[in-house]
Amino acid sequence: MQEASPAQVHVHTPPTSFLRKHVFSLDHKVIGLQYYGLALAAVTLGMVLSWLMRFHLVWPTVAVPGLSLISKVGAPGGIITPEYYLSLLTMHGTLMVFFVLTNAPFAAFGNYFLPIQIGAEDMAFPRFNMMSFWTTLAAFLVLITAFFIPDGPPISGWTAYAPLSAIGSDAGPGLGWGQTLWAISIALFCAGSLLGALNFISTTLDLRAKGMTFMRMPICTWAWFITSCIALLAFAVLLPACLLLILDRTAGTSFFIPSGLVVSDRLQPHAGGSPLLWQHLFWFFGHPEVYIAILPSMGIVSHVLMASMRKPLLSAKVIIYSMLSIGFLSWMVWGHHMFVSGMNPFSSLVFSFPTLTITIPATIMTLIWLGSLYGANIRMTAASLFALGFISMFVSGGVSGFFLAQPSIDIYLHATYFVVGHFHMVMGVASIFGVFAGTYFWFGKMTGRMLNETLGKVHFWITFIGTYCIFMPFHYLGLVGNIRRYSTFVDDFMGPLMPLHKFITIAALITGAGQLIFLFNLFHSRFWGKPAAQNPWEGTSLEWSIPSPPPWNNFGDVHPVVYHDSYQYGVKGSKGDYVMQDSPEQAVGG
Amino acid sequence: MSSTTYTPVAVAQVRTSVNVTARSAADGASRSGVWVAIFAITMSFAAFTSALFVREGGSVDWTHLVLPPILYANTMVLLLGSVTLWMASRTVNAHALLDSHAVKTVMGWLMATLVLGLLFIGGQYEAWLQLAAQGLFLATNPNSSFFYVFTGMHILHLLGGIAALVYVIGQVFGSHTTFRRAAFHNTAIYWHFMGVLWLYLLFVLRTKL
Repeated sequence: MQEASPAQVHVHTPPTSFLRKHVFSLDHKVIGLQYYGLALAAVTLGMVLSWLMRFHLVWPTVAVPGLSLISKVGAPGGIITPEYYLSLLTMHGTLMVFFVLTNAPFAAFGNYFLPIQIGAEDMAFPRFNMMSFWTTLAAFLVLITAFFIPDGPPISGWTAYAPLSAIGSDAGPGLGWGQTLWAISIALFCAGSLLGALNFISTTLDLRAKGMTFMRMPICTWAWFITSCIALLAFAVLLPACLLLILDRTAGTSFFIPSGLVVSDRLQPHAGGSPLLWQHLFWFFGHPEVYIAILPSMGIVSHVLMASMRKPLLSAKVIIYSMLSIGFLSWMVWGHHMFVSGMNPFSSLVFSFPTLTITIPATIMTLIWLGSLYGANIRMTAASLFALGFISMFVSGGVSGFFLAQPSIDIYLHATYFVVGHFHMVMGVASIFGVFAGTYFWFGKMTGRMLNETLGKVHFWITFIGTYCIFMPFHYLGLVGNIRRYSTFVDDFMGPLMPLHKFITIAALITGAGQLIFLFNLFHSRFWGKPAAQNPWEGTSLEWSIPSPPPWNNFGDVHPVVYHDSYQYGVKGSKGDYVMQDSPEQAVGG
Repeated sequence: MSSTTYTPVAVAQVRTSVNVTARSAADGASRSGVWVAIFAITMSFAAFTSALFVREGGSVDWTHLVLPPILYANTMVLLLGSVTLWMASRTVNAHALLDSHAVKTVMGWLMATLVLGLLFIGGQYEAWLQLAAQGLFLATNPNSSFFYVFTGMHILHLLGGIAALVYVIGQVFGSHTTFRRAAFHNTAIYWHFMGVLWLYLLFVLRTKL
């Protein structure tokens, strides 16, 4: 048997001061937890905003206590104005897409587990890694500031379509300083994400342990790697777009503002810009962003499912190739967000085709998950329930994508609740289910204490049923023409829909309250949970070969050597029905 | 962590010297990092360029802009900087260990590169002044907007190269014990890329504005 050799060079020295340990930490694990904390703050705020919107939709004349303290103009007497409704909507979307769906599955879990899963001591550039978190936090704070300025948050939606977003305060409340803060925040977020992606890619390429070939990397490592490649290109395009938007807003340029625009009885001092240019640049980022949100969850779910099923997926290779083709195709479909933007109708056809094509790898992945589940004796844990829930959400939300991908149908459904229901299920909730699965799976590893399983299962059922109650009816609403972004429905033909809206609002309040169980579980288990063993789920990947929580340098003074891929389940090993990746023993039988 | 918590089965030896392995892995990562950064920067400037094409395509206010002639002199200065840096690389490559004579030579070439880089930035600033003297400011017309954005963004990225150069000069100054070959070569890759990027931008500015 071989013996350990000491590692003499560490990426960085062990942290000694409080600041280095917990605040300005260079340790990828602490940075991962910081990202998780940031995402938790953002999701809480984002969910409260959605409550306010849902509440206002069905009880438009009932005051929300205390809201007037935050915005006297936006909610006089606690009653939300139509403009403030749009502000809430903008902030909800921005918080959720950037600070939750990008931060939690990708930046948080990726930071924590990617280096460990490839057997590295830390990320390739720990200082850049620290900077990436603090830049992201700064982006968050800049965005939140918009709530507390007199102007209020912007009303242009998370997509910030020009010219509305580019003109300035003439265009409405929140479009003065609020929109500028938004643009600065997103530019900062891009910079932070670029630094993160740079780190993920370099780390995966160069810091893999001996024996860790690409095809031996766990599926979630692959997912984070592919995601970081997408993020590198996507945020590299959104950043210039934001800079041009800031220039239009503050320096008087006309990149996005057309000639002869009269807004609020004032001829705008701009000429010749192209509003479509913003849409192209934004969606060139925006669609790949959808995959930045969902791919890591696909990876996490595959990882969790194998440990729960105690057998490998039908084909891990095909899952990886499917993720690669989704990553590749994600660059050719941005125009499907712009079918009604006035671009050439032939372009719609050109964008429709790859959009329908991208459903093929997505379907293949789903079939592999389902086919692998067939006949599996699955261990029903909270993590595996959320993994199964992910598949359910992904399929239910994904099916409506087939309709929206076709320009002729999309023209009818565009800007209705059908679209809102579609993306909330397929990328929003599905991705969050992946995050929940990851949290229940890895919490023990990250904190040294297990989450409570019973509470986790209760949390799952409330969330699972609640989510269907909320977002399934959205599709019906959209089909009958319920337009999105309206703060109240006073039209006669909307009247019969109000009971359904009320049902959705009540379901949203209950489902949201159900998340308190999760928060309680997080905080209670962090301090009083059952101590976590090194490998509680009998997993095969490298994170299970080190203590819970891992020491500052992950593998201590040794370098792990990898002998297998991470799918050695359902075999005969010395420890049970699995063989660890770093175990030299050969699996026997199946 | 002590190795006792790490099960004996799982522990294995890396046969090569760990010290060398860790260092070369980190060097490899920083090499990848530079290329990944170059990739991202290329993508950003591709976005700027496509913005220019779209903006020109549908507009009636696209005019013509005569580039300040000093841009061509600046281009020569920047390219000369790449040549001096290349001379420094030659010296570094020729010496497995930098002796005091080699350090002197490398320092000379690096300082020359730094001065030329700063001269380039000064020259670009002069180009801005010349444009402004013609009454062409950032918001005057789309052509001037793109001119300032392209040159400004290039300078911003070049400042990163300047910082890296100063870092490397500091290392060489501290003698061969602190000199990291990888940092030197990565800085050189980035610096040459800045030259290539500028040639591309100059081509776009010359043909489109």
